Amino acid sequence: MTSVGRTDGGAVGVSHAREVGNVRPLTVQPAARPARRLRPGSRAAIALASLALLLLYVMPLWHVGLKAPQYPEGLGMYIWVNKITGEKPQDLNSINGLNHYIGMKQILPESFPELKLMPLAVAAAVTAGLLVAFLARRRLLYAWTLLFAAGALSGLADFWKWGYQYGHELDPRAAIKIPGMSYQPPLVGSKQLLNFHATSWPALGGWVALLVLALLIALAIREWRGAPARAG
Amino acid sequence: MPRIVSPARTGLTLAALLGLAACAGSSKPLGGTDAAAKVYVAPGQYDELYAFLSGGFSGNVVVYGLPSGRLLQQIPVFSQYPEKGYGYSEETKAMLNTSWGFLPWDDAHHPQLSITNGQADGRWLFINGNNTPRIARLDLTRFETEEIIEIPNAAGGHGSPYITANSEYAVSGTRFAVPTPQQDESIKDGKFGGVLSFVKIDPQSGHMSLAFQVHVPGFDYDLARSGKGPSRDWSFWTSYNTEEAKTLLEANASQKDKDYIAAVNRKVAVQCVADGKAKEWKTPYAHNLVGEDGIARSEMVNSEKILEAADCPGLIYFLPTPKSPHGVDVDPTGEFIVGGGKLATTIPVHSFSKMLKAIEAKAFEGEVGGIPVLKYDQVIAGEVQNPGLGPLHTEFDGKGYAYTSVFITSEIVKFSLKDFKVVDRVPTYYSIGHLMIPGGDTEHPYGKYVVALNKITKDRYLPTGPELTQSAQLYDITGDKMKLLLDFPTTGEPHYAQALPASVIKDKQLKAYALATSKDPNVTKSEKETKVVRQGAKVHAYMTAIRSHFVPDNIEGIQVGDSVFFHVTNLEQDWDVPHGFAMLGARNAELLIMPGQIRTLVWVPQRPGVYPFYCTDFCSALHQEMQGYIRVSAKGAATPLAWNGPSGSLK
Repeated sequence: MTSVGRTDGGAVGVSHAREVGNVRPLTVQPAARPARRLRPGSRAAIALASLALLLLYVMPLWHVGLKAPQYPEGLGMYIWVNKITGEKPQDLNSINGLNHYIGMKQILPESFPELKLMPLAVAAAVTAGLLVAFLARRRLLYAWTLLFAAGALSGLADFWKWGYQYGHELDPRAAIKIPGMSYQPPLVGSKQLLNFHATSWPALGGWVALLVLALLIALAIREWRGAPARAG
Repeated sequence: MPRIVSPARTGLTLAALLGLAACAGSSKPLGGTDAAAKVYVAPGQYDELYAFLSGGFSGNVVVYGLPSGRLLQQIPVFSQYPEKGYGYSEETKAMLNTSWGFLPWDDAHHPQLSITNGQADGRWLFINGNNTPRIARLDLTRFETEEIIEIPNAAGGHGSPYITANSEYAVSGTRFAVPTPQQDESIKDGKFGGVLSFVKIDPQSGHMSLAFQVHVPGFDYDLARSGKGPSRDWSFWTSYNTEEAKTLLEANASQKDKDYIAAVNRKVAVQCVADGKAKEWKTPYAHNLVGEDGIARSEMVNSEKILEAADCPGLIYFLPTPKSPHGVDVDPTGEFIVGGGKLATTIPVHSFSKMLKAIEAKAFEGEVGGIPVLKYDQVIAGEVQNPGLGPLHTEFDGKGYAYTSVFITSEIVKFSLKDFKVVDRVPTYYSIGHLMIPGGDTEHPYGKYVVALNKITKDRYLPTGPELTQSAQLYDITGDKMKLLLDFPTTGEPHYAQALPASVIKDKQLKAYALATSKDPNVTKSEKETKVVRQGAKVHAYMTAIRSHFVPDNIEGIQVGDSVFFHVTNLEQDWDVPHGFAMLGARNAELLIMPGQIRTLVWVPQRPGVYPFYCTDFCSALHQEMQGYIRVSAKGAATPLAWNGPSGSLK
């Protein structure tokens, strides 16, 4: 990086392009914008993806399902950014009722501080994404993509941690105790837990978040590849 | 060896046997794989129809799946039913209250599904109690009895509760002529009468109220139907014993060639009542209703509006009908009124349009008790010849055919409503009473099957001592020939039945009572709210049940002679998780408590000691552990009232 060109000045950008791209004709598309700036298409995609994250306020992130011979219709719960609900109105109640046999703690939504933090995190993510789109700097996109991926991973790690705690920290006075048995639900995928077949998959909101992440990564790669040698 | 036949059946059994001998030659090979496939409902699959069979002298309604004939549920209506605590728990006792006090039994006869636009709407099922005349209403989202109204001034509520075309009214007759209103008089010389009752059904709530009663001569009014289509404003009752015999009716009530079908114009009746032409009688009757809080309460009413034919011209006419007619059934178009003359050699079919013309033309052959008797030949549409002996009831397939049960010759006879000719007949095993085509009494029969409801089974099942099972038989009526598909045993004596496609009610079933919005004053919404309260000699224990424990499960300080009220709330909100509650030495039944429901059992401990209670409905893996103790001390003992759980002092 030799020049300290302003990213928002078209003229500077153009001269910059000339400076570094003098072996190529001016009409080549990348040369039409400053090297540090995002393509207009990328900016629009980032803006839209950021707005799409607003869907997380109305769609559940994750679904945990339980099926057993006595529950052919299945029991399930949804994890949202701000709450945990039963798949059917009484499912959470029923799951808690069943969990007491193995000494698992009650799943009480008010005991998860994450449910207070996540709505703020989503708001921050929407704002950050829109800022990236507005400021249009490639580096910001790279940083944002990394941060978003880290956020998603830490969310999953947190989910795993809760699953571990629920599955292992059992009341020693529980009626059903099976040596060596723990009841940690699968992070993703499915697992047999006694009579229950447990499944754990992203729900609609989770898929939206994952799609946004995939899109950010794709855009970042595209920008990286399309960037002039020293511009990235 | 002499045969011992129950006295009630003696008369017609011999005739039935003769009849059977007559038609034995015509029986064909039955069943086979074709029939088996038609009634086979694979494990885990649902039946096509719900069928509601009267449980007869069990007092219940019994629910079967068709075409499999699988028993799905028993709904107690007029009888105490310990399995469900019905009539035993404090919440349900009032349902069996009458003007005579608590009556633990009745004889359930004719179920009727509520109707909207000529079709079963799946909201309610009505059924009559014959012995102490009553009509019950069952809710079909809960399969529970929700309301019972007693019918005053009547005796033998048999021709009941045949509802009108849009469930506006349930009508009810008087099978046994009695002094009306009741009074002490000579049986031989007393002037008896009867009432034909109209019970209004609230279109929203289903709540019943006695609108008015028509005072009629002292015949035995047997069965009823309300009209449909053009005849929708009319209700019809058959009568026998127009001889007005008081003894040995077997012969004395079988002398006349014709008895009557009474036709009552409801519109005229309603107008006469509105015009103040009704008299007031003051026979007490009970009205029992489950409130929004889930508790049945009984109220006594002391006033009826009575219409006399003389005060209300156009109210009622008699249609002469041979001979001691039983069923009176109106076809889907509302035009034909089929009488089932038990002792007749033909099936008379009256025409509603001819009846109207005869009334218009005053084609009367006379008058009985102030009621015009229409000329038989002016109202009859046709007579079905050779129907067999003892035609009783008729249902319709909606394709122009009628199916009549024929008791003495034990068969179903199918005839055309075009020319009144018999087109098919099949034997039944044995002595068919009612028969039922799903929707076959409505404007839009579902058809497909006819169910025979038989009184006698003889050799059809493994014998079980002197008392044999009653039975139903399912026939396929989709082709020209009726085909027997299935026999299945039934409880009590099934009189009439109703059926409707499963899809009408299957998805409306309540799975649990919502605990959060429970209006029951005795609800305990969480284990923290449990408590035990003494009020003099009464102790109220507000308890909870959830898999797999009661709270509290230890109570001390109860004394001999106390009345202990166990108000048990089932905290479950999950489908199919009822809990039971049974107390050693309680002169009572168990409680069976649905999820989110509250039920109360009263126990009067008699001897000091420590007595267990437990959950009777296998609820979970730790059901056996779902138990507790009550400590009973001598009267006046110093043991303080105490219990365990979050709110109690016992640890």
